[in-house]
Amino acid sequence: MENYIKIEFPSKSCNEAFARAAAGAFAAQLDITVEELADIKTSVSEAVTNAIIHGYSGMRGIVEMRCKISGQTVEIVVSDKGCGIADVPLAMQPLYSDSKDDERSGMGFTVMQSFMDTLKVESEVGVGTTVTMTKKVGASFEN
Amino acid sequence: MEMTLERVGTTLVAKLDGELDQSCAAEIREKIDKEINMHSIINLVMDFDRVDFMDSSGIGMLIGRYKLIKARGGKMLIIRTSPQVDKIIELSGLKGLIEFG
Ligand SMILES: Nc1ncnc2c1ncn2[C@@H]1O[C@H](COP(=O)(O)OP(=O)(O)O)[C@@H](O)[C@H]1O
Ligand SMILES: [Mg+2]
Repeated sequence: MENYIKIEFPSKSCNEAFARAAAGAFAAQLDITVEELADIKTSVSEAVTNAIIHGYSGMRGIVEMRCKISGQTVEIVVSDKGCGIADVPLAMQPLYSDSKDDERSGMGFTVMQSFMDTLKVESEVGVGTTVTMTKKVGASFEN
Repeated sequence: MEMTLERVGTTLVAKLDGELDQSCAAEIREKIDKEINMHSIINLVMDFDRVDFMDSSGIGMLIGRYKLIKARGGKMLIIRTSPQVDKIIELSGLKGLIEFG
């Protein structure tokens, strides 16, 4: 199957639930297990939350989410034009968080990494961040 | 997300209902902490029966409550988690800290 959606929304926290529900509904076009669907929704929630609270940190901006299906693979791209990440490998380390005032767990990237098959983070300070993740779903339905 | 708080002696039971993410984590935290401080609560039970989604913002909130309860010499128990919630709790190493039932 080949299909895609592209959605953009303002960086409001209430859109976190909307984004993961939309990505989940889109991915549900495939033969997909309950667990795979939950993995995708959780990873989308992490990426979108990061764009809103870290990328734009309280300022209004636009978050873009693109979802694509090719064959049995779901690809999700979440991007913001926010502050960017100076040190991506450091940011991706488990438990690393730069938010001191808030109760962040620093587990967002670790969740995306373990719940999806691939994760790519492209970022430039002052330009923004793009997170691309893929997951092949419904492996048991193959052939 | 909705939450009801019940006190049984020095134990607080928080029943959560809905999706636990960044948009509600701070409010949940504030309500629980206020109750803990106002009523000299020592132990915390969190009932996840009606929580159908949680991400790492929820993990941060749970770790924060765990630290608070531990500092008061109490125990924290989380009950009735769904498979989705269980998976992220497992990944973040909370199983070694907090009691689950
Ligand atoms: N879209 C983004 N824009 C700017 N910084 C980001 C973005 N996403 C992640 N970061 C940085 O990476 C760190 C780690 O992210 P994450 O693993 O999700 O943990 P947490 O969100 O709990 O801090 C964040 O604390 C932040 O510094
Ligand atoms: Mg995060």
